[in-house]
Amino acid sequence: MTTPTTSPVSTPGKTAKRRAPGGRPPAGRPRGGRSRIRRQLPTSPWLFAAPGMLVAGAFSLYPFLSTVANSFTDRRALLPGSFVGLDNYREMLGDEMFWIGLRNSTLYVLGVVPALVILPLLLALLVEKQIPGITFFRSAFYTPVVASIVVVGLIWVWLLDERGLVNSMLEVVGAGPVGFLSDQWLLLLSAMAVTVWKGLGYYMIIYLAALGNVPRELHEAASVDGAGAVRRFLTVTVPAVRSTMVLVGALSSVAAFKVFSEVYLMAGPDGGPAGEDTTLVMLVQRTGTGLSGRVGYSAAISVVVFVVTVALMLLVLRADRKEDA
Amino acid sequence: MSRLKDRAERREAGAAAPGRRRSRDTGRRMPGWEIALRYALLLAVLALTVGPFLWQLSTSLKGPHEDIFASPPSFLPEQPTFDNYARVAETIPVWDYALNSLTVAVVNVVANCAGAALAGYALARLRYRGRRAATLVFILAMLVPVEGIIIALFTTMRGLGLNDTLAGVVLPLSISALNVLLMRNAFLNLPYEVEEAAFVDGANVWQRFVRIALPSVKGTLAVVAILSFMGAWDDFLWPLIVLSDPQNFTLTIGLNYLHGTFADDERLVAAGTIIAVLPLVVLFACLQRYFFRGVGEGAVKG
Repeated sequence: MTTPTTSPVSTPGKTAKRRAPGGRPPAGRPRGGRSRIRRQLPTSPWLFAAPGMLVAGAFSLYPFLSTVANSFTDRRALLPGSFVGLDNYREMLGDEMFWIGLRNSTLYVLGVVPALVILPLLLALLVEKQIPGITFFRSAFYTPVVASIVVVGLIWVWLLDERGLVNSMLEVVGAGPVGFLSDQWLLLLSAMAVTVWKGLGYYMIIYLAALGNVPRELHEAASVDGAGAVRRFLTVTVPAVRSTMVLVGALSSVAAFKVFSEVYLMAGPDGGPAGEDTTLVMLVQRTGTGLSGRVGYSAAISVVVFVVTVALMLLVLRADRKEDA
Repeated sequence: MSRLKDRAERREAGAAAPGRRRSRDTGRRMPGWEIALRYALLLAVLALTVGPFLWQLSTSLKGPHEDIFASPPSFLPEQPTFDNYARVAETIPVWDYALNSLTVAVVNVVANCAGAALAGYALARLRYRGRRAATLVFILAMLVPVEGIIIALFTTMRGLGLNDTLAGVVLPLSISALNVLLMRNAFLNLPYEVEEAAFVDGANVWQRFVRIALPSVKGTLAVVAILSFMGAWDDFLWPLIVLSDPQNFTLTIGLNYLHGTFADDERLVAAGTIIAVLPLVVLFACLQRYFFRGVGEGAVKG
């Protein structure tokens, strides 16, 4: 808004210079735009960015810093608390519940991630070919992604009930009722199955995009060489979508470690029999909320969640780089 | 100028829906048995993914005298009735909860579209000192896992006097950093010349933003709107923590409450879940393209 009248004087030369190489308009925005568009009210960029930065600062970064800070205090829900050094972390090491939570969240990663890396890829191969009705199938397979985790959790609680659909079908073939939701380990497995079930469609779409980029010549060449479907899958498809598999691995492992809702809904707020199915995030929620909530101790567990999450991301990305080398 | 704008729009459209990019056939013709096998597998997966929803729907329509535990199971209700939907409304104020969810979702959509577009435009287009730092703020905010900060978030909210309110539910979701970065990328992909031309014509920042930049990123805006609606409507952990008065519950929290308190009547819970899932299924059926596109863009960033 500052005097556009002055710019025509100085700019034609610049424009000509910028356009010179190959006559193509400059693709780079920063360099291209510097000349004129910078002339604006100096405050407006900050006004534009302010609401977003306020939310990011107040509801992401500040709570993050305060979580780290709280982890060194004995703060409670209604008491400010004071600095206690590493006491919370020391207590954590001796807390059986913490180890149960860490074990379950880790098991969750180990159980869910391989399934979510492989099954959606197979599913993507199944829906990749343009055959009549395929769009319908793709959309239908995506439905569980759209549904709320609460809806999904409750649907499966009913399906896996002692007298639910799965057990009454088992009964038809003469198998006794299975306590999917009463046995500690079956419960965890069932929750994992639900996570996989809900995630299938999401990762299928990611793989579908990646499969579209696999050069068809590779498949043809392999076919000519007499490679069967399995062989082609292993020697052509897998290497071509390997980086996508790493991405899916990273996304799903981080999400799996932070699992809360599935287990909370299926095992109940207390985490199943004797709390044996408690996950780490459930523990954060349970210890930190309520009138007697131990904000400090809960924050220390949160810090473990942060550290492991970052570590998982780095681990997966490093595995990617190593294979590249 | 309008040609350039067209180009920008087309580029936008071209980036749409990675899942829809036509995969190429391998050139050979598919034998009949393979087609049959493919359809058989597709139907099996269909039963597995959609079946549970249909079973829930069927349960919610079964009359009070029907045996819902029968073995072998009866898949269709013999005395179909909407009674359970009326009864779930007598048990919990399910329509109030739906209204709460809708309020939160709509406010979240508006806040995210406006806030993310503004901030994304600032990050992509405007020249100012500290822009890199501002971008970094959003990247860092995106990396902070919500699950790890919920307790601190709750204390913050209580400090603001917003715990146990719908404003408290929606605030942390509004203007998500991921959406800001999505919008930033969309603006970066627009050709610069259009705005330069407008600038020469004397348009100020606001006019360039509203009249030129914004209409060219409608596709990404739609993705942001859908991600925001779905995120707010489906959210569980945060509303569970910030809401305590059953009066203020959203649908997901209300369903959890229903399940915990009246678990014995599966017909009621089933009716409740159908009420919660139906709006999103309808939305998805109408706007699939943008849902799929959201997956591609969200995953690359996330």
